Amino acid sequence: MTIQPAMPKSWRADTKPHKFCPGCGHGLVLKALGQAIDELGIQDRAVFGCDIGCSLLSWDFFNVDTVQTHHGRTNPVITGLKRANPDLIGIAYMGDGGGYAIGAQHLVSAATRNERITAILVNNTQYGMTGGQMAPTTLPGQKTETTPYGRDIEQTGHPTQGPEMVAAITKEGAYVARGTVANLRQLKNFIKKALQNQIEGNGFSFVEVLSTCPTNWRTNAKETWHFVENEMTQYFKIGEIKAPDSKGPEEGQTNG
Amino acid sequence: MPSKPIQDEKRVFMTGNEVVAWAALAARADIMYGYPITPQNEIMHYWTRLAPKHDKKFLQTEDELSAGFTTIGGVLAGFKAFTATAGPGNTLMQEPMSMAEMMRLPTVVVVQQRGGPSTATVIYSQQEVMLTTFGGNGEGLRIVYSTANHQELFDYTIKAFNSAWKYRFPTFVLGDGYQAKMREPLTIYDPLDKNIELVKPEPYVGKPGTPAIDRPPTQLRNTFSMEEELFEALQEIIGDYEKVAPEIAEYQSFGTEDADLVIIAHGVVSRAARLAVKEMQENGLKVGYFRPITLRPMPVKEIQEIASRVKRFLVVESAYGQLARLLKEAAYRSTAEMVPLYKPGVGVTAEEVVKKAKEILS
Ligand code: SF4
Repeated sequence: MTIQPAMPKSWRADTKPHKFCPGCGHGLVLKALGQAIDELGIQDRAVFGCDIGCSLLSWDFFNVDTVQTHHGRTNPVITGLKRANPDLIGIAYMGDGGGYAIGAQHLVSAATRNERITAILVNNTQYGMTGGQMAPTTLPGQKTETTPYGRDIEQTGHPTQGPEMVAAITKEGAYVARGTVANLRQLKNFIKKALQNQIEGNGFSFVEVLSTCPTNWRTNAKETWHFVENEMTQYFKIGEIKAPDSKGPEEGQTNG
Repeated sequence: MPSKPIQDEKRVFMTGNEVVAWAALAARADIMYGYPITPQNEIMHYWTRLAPKHDKKFLQTEDELSAGFTTIGGVLAGFKAFTATAGPGNTLMQEPMSMAEMMRLPTVVVVQQRGGPSTATVIYSQQEVMLTTFGGNGEGLRIVYSTANHQELFDYTIKAFNSAWKYRFPTFVLGDGYQAKMREPLTIYDPLDKNIELVKPEPYVGKPGTPAIDRPPTQLRNTFSMEEELFEALQEIIGDYEKVAPEIAEYQSFGTEDADLVIIAHGVVSRAARLAVKEMQENGLKVGYFRPITLRPMPVKEIQEIASRVKRFLVVESAYGQLARLLKEAAYRSTAEMVPLYKPGVGVTAEEVVKKAKEILS
């Protein structure tokens, strides 16, 4: 991917072009996040934590204080930071493996405790950095390196419904949404609301983002967009699932 | 300004876990993160009772991974943060502490050793020596104080915060179940009243100003794409560690000058060793005593010096040779014999030490 024409102010220009593969969705998610940080004017007090997996490639992405943690452990690091200094705006950035597999207990517990942090989880249906193994989010029948004949849901379960789970276990004040790199305007708004929710001290905020991994999907541009727009959305509904002013999941707006 | 944690120096009769909570308070620790595991639980119990009165914080986490990583978060934000654990919890704690090691984060962990391997006993052992000194996929770049009594638990917990923030290496206070649960008399005090300087913490992230405008952004990572890059980073960290190791290392010794046998032990076992040596000396035997207080870094110079003139050591520990391994490395090139008295997972009495020593000397 080449340099974005309109680079968010909070991006660190000298580390661009970034290190993600061409066509990777991470750059788009981080663009939406950068814009949200700019619009909220929180570059000075945001702390960005990135997980292991391709998300770690963002360790020098922003002109924002950043710490790269271990696989699945970004939620606790940012939780610890926020608990010690509630004036900071803690952002935990992770992949689906980090959030739903190895760090699932941390996501569940941060949500249950209504930690005043913002977690952004990139769902690209497999483990990118390690070379495309099955993730909790892999679609039924999807071929990965560890499901070479397609994911067998009898043996390996259904794709994790992360935001729905988080919405179910959080109390009032939480913000939960699922966005997509196919709709950046909406995604930026979700992320902005999630950060705003933290700024207001309402509760845990969580945004899952449907994203692309053409490298491991082995897809061309057209197939990549087809997969994220048409196939992933059959299992993962786009929209706000829980907002502090809504009563519950059923009232969340969906516009996938 | 939070109230003074300890008004006047006073004699108290407390369990070791209570002592640790008071010491953390005296050291001006800001926040504890913890997960229940015996025998350290009462550290949390006392801390949660003391904390609100002194404007301190506590978070009970979902496991020890989280306790360690939230402690890292607290440190990154610039606060004196600590946790406490034991046994299988210490195993999990090694993952966050390897991150602290690489990033030079001054985390403080109090370990109250229990029996192992696995869940074993909740009572006592000295089997977490290797884990605490060299655990994790790292190089053991940490500070480990092995305490022997309640006064030391108090003194060295305060010191642990100071050493951590001064040298910026993860720091451990290595106690055990006996120390945790026993009651003992000791003197507690406010270190400031004794002119003990308390090293001030400072934030790694969230410093004043906007990154790239007023100051460079803090960007901490522990992943490297090139072998050489990692090698270079490690050279620096290892170099720093080697440089400060001699000033961190602490030990106690007596009677080693003309000894036929030197008894070496650490932690609570050193109390039995000390008693045994005193008794044998009174009976005219040429027996010496040596106790490393820091197990990382080891007091290498002193061990080498003694090993160069003493023919035999008796190594006594409640583990199967974990201390002995550290000693053998420290005494490299010495031909001194190291006779074991290993009692993994159980306590050692002075009588047992005397008996073994007499066997060796006869
Ligand atoms: S492997 Fe996939 S997720 Fe990772 S950078 Fe490349 S495209 Fe992005």
